[in-house]
Amino acid sequence: MKERIIGQIKRINGPVIIAGGVTDAMMLELVRVGETRIVGEIIKLESGRAVIQVYEDTTGLTPGENIYGSGMPLSVELGPGLIGTIYDGIQRPLEEILKISNQFIERGIDLPALNRDKKWRFTPAALKPGTPVEGGMVIGAVVETERVTHRVMVPPNVSGTLVSLAGEGDYTIEEKIAEVETGGAKQPLAMLQRWPIRVQRPARRRLIPEVPLITGQRVIDTLFPLAKGGTVAIPGGFGTGKTMTQHAIAKWCDAEIIVYIGCGERGNEMTDVLVEFPKLIDPRTGRSLMERTILIANTSNMPVSAREASIYTGVTLAEYFRDQGYHVAVMADSTSRWAEALRELSGRMEEMPAEEGFPAYLPTRVAEFYERAGNMETLAGLNGSVSIIGAVSPPGGDFSEPVTQHTKRFVRCFWGLDRQLANARHYPAISWLESYSEYLLDVTPWWEQRVGPSWAADRTEIMDLLQREVRLNQVVKLVGPDALPDSQRFILEVCTMFKNAFLQQNAFDDVDRFSNVEKQMKMLAIILTYWRRGREAIRRGLTLVKLKRMKALADVVKMKFTVPNDQLDRFDKLQARLERALDQVESLYA
Amino acid sequence: MPDLAKMHDAEKRLQPGKEYIGVARIDGPLIFIEKTHPVGYRELVECVDDQGALRLGMVLDTSDEAVVVQVFEGTQGLTLPGTRLRFRGKPLELGVSAKMLGRVFNGLGEPIDGGPAPFAEAELNVNGKPINPTARAYPKDFIQTGISAIDGMNTLIRGQKLPIFSGNGLPHNELAAQIARQAKIRGGKSEFAVVFAAMGVKHDVSQFFIKSFEETGTLENVALFLSLADDPSIERLITPRTALTLAEHLAFEHNMHVLVILTDMSNYCESLREISTIRGEIPSRKGYPGYLYSDLAELYERSGMIKGFTGSITQLPILTMPNDDISHPIPDLTGYITEGQIVFEREMHSRGIYPPVAGLPSLSRLMKDGIGGGMTRDDHPHLASQLFAAYSYVKDVRNLASVIGEEELTPLDHQYLEFGEFFERSFVTQKSDEDRTIEQTLDMGWDCLRKLPREELHRMSEEELDARFEG
Repeated sequence: MKERIIGQIKRINGPVIIAGGVTDAMMLELVRVGETRIVGEIIKLESGRAVIQVYEDTTGLTPGENIYGSGMPLSVELGPGLIGTIYDGIQRPLEEILKISNQFIERGIDLPALNRDKKWRFTPAALKPGTPVEGGMVIGAVVETERVTHRVMVPPNVSGTLVSLAGEGDYTIEEKIAEVETGGAKQPLAMLQRWPIRVQRPARRRLIPEVPLITGQRVIDTLFPLAKGGTVAIPGGFGTGKTMTQHAIAKWCDAEIIVYIGCGERGNEMTDVLVEFPKLIDPRTGRSLMERTILIANTSNMPVSAREASIYTGVTLAEYFRDQGYHVAVMADSTSRWAEALRELSGRMEEMPAEEGFPAYLPTRVAEFYERAGNMETLAGLNGSVSIIGAVSPPGGDFSEPVTQHTKRFVRCFWGLDRQLANARHYPAISWLESYSEYLLDVTPWWEQRVGPSWAADRTEIMDLLQREVRLNQVVKLVGPDALPDSQRFILEVCTMFKNAFLQQNAFDDVDRFSNVEKQMKMLAIILTYWRRGREAIRRGLTLVKLKRMKALADVVKMKFTVPNDQLDRFDKLQARLERALDQVESLYA
Repeated sequence: MPDLAKMHDAEKRLQPGKEYIGVARIDGPLIFIEKTHPVGYRELVECVDDQGALRLGMVLDTSDEAVVVQVFEGTQGLTLPGTRLRFRGKPLELGVSAKMLGRVFNGLGEPIDGGPAPFAEAELNVNGKPINPTARAYPKDFIQTGISAIDGMNTLIRGQKLPIFSGNGLPHNELAAQIARQAKIRGGKSEFAVVFAAMGVKHDVSQFFIKSFEETGTLENVALFLSLADDPSIERLITPRTALTLAEHLAFEHNMHVLVILTDMSNYCESLREISTIRGEIPSRKGYPGYLYSDLAELYERSGMIKGFTGSITQLPILTMPNDDISHPIPDLTGYITEGQIVFEREMHSRGIYPPVAGLPSLSRLMKDGIGGGMTRDDHPHLASQLFAAYSYVKDVRNLASVIGEEELTPLDHQYLEFGEFFERSFVTQKSDEDRTIEQTLDMGWDCLRKLPREELHRMSEEELDARFEG
């Protein structure tokens, strides 16, 4: 549809504009406001009036200026060229903006999200003219980066008969690569497609998430696993390490595509990702991590309403790659800033507030967002998934606030960050008491078949010990540790070791920052050996002091730093050493 | 319709000349005026009272029916029929110049030291613009403040925004002044400037800072923007913006390393709440407006380094936590935006420890990339981590001791208590004019660790222990 004037500005209040004289406009239509052509979206229509949410600073706009309608909803561009790019909340390419502007972001910049001139090598699928095609069907491929092959699909809302398909060759994303006859009309297809960000992309059906998303973070994979296609919330006060955890997962998890949404957070954090990711090598493919990553940066000082949109922009890009049969992980940091953007816009529209000033529709929006995750059979019959890892920043670190509470209702996994742990610089500060994962049963078969048959039992045993430690610590707080018998002090001892040697993980250590599943399993086994045999020895009369004197223990504590992922046999040696040492002390009391 | 657009433009150029006499309503610092020409959002307003005195204001809300203007210098003495308004057709701008160093201004950037206004090199919108995240350079240059609790444990990095969370009666001003005096980049010589913005602070506090800059002879490198406690509270909303506008000019046009001290951010937030309440906005927590986070972010994010520029802006905002409550919205939202925080502890202050930097809640997020071999010293990362871990255990032991008594503690716990005391008294404590090098700081850290048995030091590598523990 052509651009047309749909009305004039009547009132400006921050990022919310009231337009008058509106007769012909569409709900959620993308508009451009005033002569500076600032991007906005219609969020409310009344007779003759429209409320517009504007994605840029409104300073200097005056009543009476024209508003131009685009005839389209706010959409993202999909096609080759997405990977490795950094976008703002409404998919404007920040690196391209930097080239035409200075170090600051000017208003009214209109740049296409995808490069129009670049030619991509297109390889058609083996389809003959006359083949019936449906939405989502793969008609060809482009090698987008060394590790990501971009599968070119028929748009979801197109079906008919294939008339022609381009041969192998170099094409821009706007050139015709195929033609489909739909209901008598011929429709050309290019690699470039659009999809409205607020609409979920269709899939054939949902599958049960059964494969864990391996993050390389021991506390997550072993204690509170997330499944591919699952949802998780990471709540925590400031300084508890939400962003650190998100970064670690974005770096080391085994998803094929990462969409990292920096929503209302620090500018330097995005810079950190931009500087660090290209240098880091993915342990699984040996390629740079940037070759699988898309960044959406809407930092806290960028316009608030674009922050609201950034979440949807990110998840739509993720769904697009899911439809190609990829496992995609979306990091949203932080969903609280998104909720606050909702609150601010709602307040400016003078809507009736519910809890803490948040609009009453907050839970609906939260649910809609997390439901866009899932393990799917795509329209093309492939298996792809979107996992959503949402950070939550509760005010004062208080988890009873609305955003945390509503998020908890709609996610199946919860990694609560603990202030006490963070203060002690125990990272990742994921609390083993407050966190949970509902995917545990779903992923147990995978672990037991792939890694070790005792996985679930081992995990239960160590979780049980951690629970017992809490009760014992309450006693210690009253009477001191000396009042406990050695058998109980040994529980405290093992838990301390488990926390230091296993749960704590140093994101900056070359060896420790990522543990593969085998390493996790073997480390847990060694600690449990110490626990099981040590308990027996103490029962037979060995004192804790003597048990703790075993030289092998020092190596156990440091094994996470000393044994790399590819030298797992050294764990077996360590295990043997520990057992020998235990044999020795036990023999004294046998 | 090119002609229409042109006419619109011509009309727009003429309008700034129009003057309106009489306003519809005055409420606190806000003026409501009806039936104006189309007025731009956030436009600068000149407001003239009966006596002919000029005040500045800004458009807060505009529509074709009414315009709301916020007057920075307050509305005292204005009358409904006698107030004259001129809309300037552009937002509030500050004329910036390197000559502003060594001068004193009010919150709007007008000189109050008796001198003439410096000739402006550029007129800049005080609201600033967001920095493109791809244009930022990641900050990683270590700033030596000479204060062990900061250099050793919560290292300040050039381009960082690191606030001081303090309380009433705690020595945050002394610490800020000490940092401003002692801060230096090791091995480098570069142009250094301080931009100081005071919002609602007392006269003696601003005198304290001026005196401290005078004594060290750095006053000619300092620009002061003062909006003191008896100035209209509304002026405080613009003060940090003028200060940061100058800072950006100095950093990115004159390639200077600028340290911006903002004190006291709590007063700024109070003013924001005041305006929000008068406008009848829906409050969120404790009556603060829902956009407090975004508003603070607009200020704090105006710091950092940019690719291709040698200058930098380092921010040191100071805020007093109401009732020492760190979960109050002001410190809470600040902590979510800034790159760490230096938290003061009243109990340490009462015990005579200066600076009373709380060991555990204080944090510098950029520290990890600015310390270690080649930047500070190779043992620094592990040493800091070990000191944190040990000190955290000290806190546990102290809690335990307060219940069961010190006599009941194990010998190891006694060693930890001794370590904690020594750490606070020797490592953290220093004089307000004591400037320690990073080597001195780290060596003192090792002195503390020697109070503990070697096998307790899990976070140090064997090589580091061999090299330094026995020493």
